[in-house]
Amino acid sequence: MANIISDETIEYVGILSKLKLNDEQKEQAKKDLAQMLDYIDKLGELDTEGVEPMTHVHPDVNAFREDVVTNGDDHEAILSNAPEEREQAFAVPRTFD
Amino acid sequence: MSKEYETVIGLEVHVELATKTKIFCGCSTAFGGAPNTHTCPVCTGMPGSLPVLNKQVVEYAMAVGLATNCEITRHCKFDRKNYFYPDNPQNYQISQLYLPICRNGHVDIELGRVSVNQKNAGKEAGEIRHKQVRIHEIHMEEDAGKLIHDEWADESLVDYNRSGVPLIEIVSEPDMRSAEEVIAYLETLRQTIQYLGASDCKLQEGSMRADVNLSVREVGSTEFGTRTEMKNLNSFTSITHAIENERERQIDIIESGGKVVQETRRFDDAKGESYAMRSKEDAQDYRYFPDPDLIPVDISDEWIERVKAAQPEFRPAKIERYKEEYGIPDYDIELITQSKRMADIFEESVRLGADAKKVSNWLMVETMRLLKEKNMDADKLVFSPAHLAKLVELVDKKVINNNTAKEVFAQMFEDDTDPVKYVEEHGLKQENDSGAIKEICSAVIEANPKSVEDYKGGKEKAIGFLVGQVMKQAKGKADPGTVNEILKELLS
Repeated sequence: MANIISDETIEYVGILSKLKLNDEQKEQAKKDLAQMLDYIDKLGELDTEGVEPMTHVHPDVNAFREDVVTNGDDHEAILSNAPEEREQAFAVPRTFD
Repeated sequence: MSKEYETVIGLEVHVELATKTKIFCGCSTAFGGAPNTHTCPVCTGMPGSLPVLNKQVVEYAMAVGLATNCEITRHCKFDRKNYFYPDNPQNYQISQLYLPICRNGHVDIELGRVSVNQKNAGKEAGEIRHKQVRIHEIHMEEDAGKLIHDEWADESLVDYNRSGVPLIEIVSEPDMRSAEEVIAYLETLRQTIQYLGASDCKLQEGSMRADVNLSVREVGSTEFGTRTEMKNLNSFTSITHAIENERERQIDIIESGGKVVQETRRFDDAKGESYAMRSKEDAQDYRYFPDPDLIPVDISDEWIERVKAAQPEFRPAKIERYKEEYGIPDYDIELITQSKRMADIFEESVRLGADAKKVSNWLMVETMRLLKEKNMDADKLVFSPAHLAKLVELVDKKVINNNTAKEVFAQMFEDDTDPVKYVEEHGLKQENDSGAIKEICSAVIEANPKSVEDYKGGKEKAIGFLVGQVMKQAKGKADPGTVNEILKELLS
């Protein structure tokens, strides 16, 4: 493996992705991520001079909807997904910035 | 202060688009629904749901881009901006980082013009200056839900009705140097976007939001200073205060040998000062990447031409044309053209034969008064130009007098009532039978010898009282001018 993922990096990635990893999982993740970066380096060896960056794997473009209301009030079904519900709203731990 | 400082300002303006539905699903964007009644699996970020782009969003974004002299990106796409916050149910916001729909535009702003309101407050007009503010880019994105914080419980409530409402973000270059320039820029943007019908652009209600990026540097310096970003500015007044306040704060730091820290600050309107929200060190790492759920948008020449062809005449051009065509005072023109709806009513009423100044008076006086009284926007006016033209005609032909016309207009303002019908049905026609009016005049003269004596004794004003008495007896259905003439004739 050419790439080495540091403890700080795996810690940071964990914070960003809201994942709590134990030591064993951290080691495994470091190995996996290093392998992925090695693969990206391999791709980097290709000569892409003059090639437009790809924007999507699918060749289609322009999938649109018309601006017409098609959904009605379905708050009961939607709120059934809420871990906690209060006053017809999703109740979450107090969040303030 | 020994050194002179220059303020450098760039703006990020978010505008909520006036579409009927959200950007990626068929939920209504109507404001004020009960919590979560305009939601579906897409705008609440349920796994497996798929977004589909609202075509109207692309059209509005293009229209704003073309109106602000931008290049339209022929092949654009959406990216995910990742962050965790409860108002963002997908844990990412769909936005455009790499290929925004519009780039490299500019807006021409006018400085030194004194608005009607300022003029009323006694402000003198200064020399008018022009300036160009460059636009870096405009991108399309989705709005977040709304968090309601419970004072007492240890929780926040989330309403996702606003989640997925389409926004465009207009990012300017750091070209502004004062609060005056910022306000002029925002006014120009607002006016342009309102004329396009792409948004109502209300700062107070959040359909237009401005974040101010500001730094200071010594006059003559070519390097930029460290900038801060200010949020939570919801009126032109608070934007002005925030700019002045932040300029002073940064100069104080520099003068006392300190360094400005790059950070996001929230402006507290009540206190008139700002405080740090988060600094660069704990700034979020958004890890943008292309959204695989949405395929790219290709914009053809033909599509651009179509949007271009549908652009209205904008306010600056309209003002110039009105000066040439209508012969009404500049003051009237400024007021009427503030809203496209009002300008449309004006033009059509005049086209239908009504006198320009008379139409303008109805718009400036009664319309403005009723709009203010009902706290309404001019673009919501319901009365038709045809009915306004008819009303002007009714007064011209002395079928009704001005006071009656005001009563009729109040009804037209409510529900676009046909004034001719209304006058007919309510028996408001003026008594134009001069014989009948003469009789009333004679009776009034008889009953008011004191006023008659005063008038004959040289008190010209005394006739006003007699006119009033006649009008009263005629139940307002007489023309005051005619009454005046008849009385004078009888008393001579």
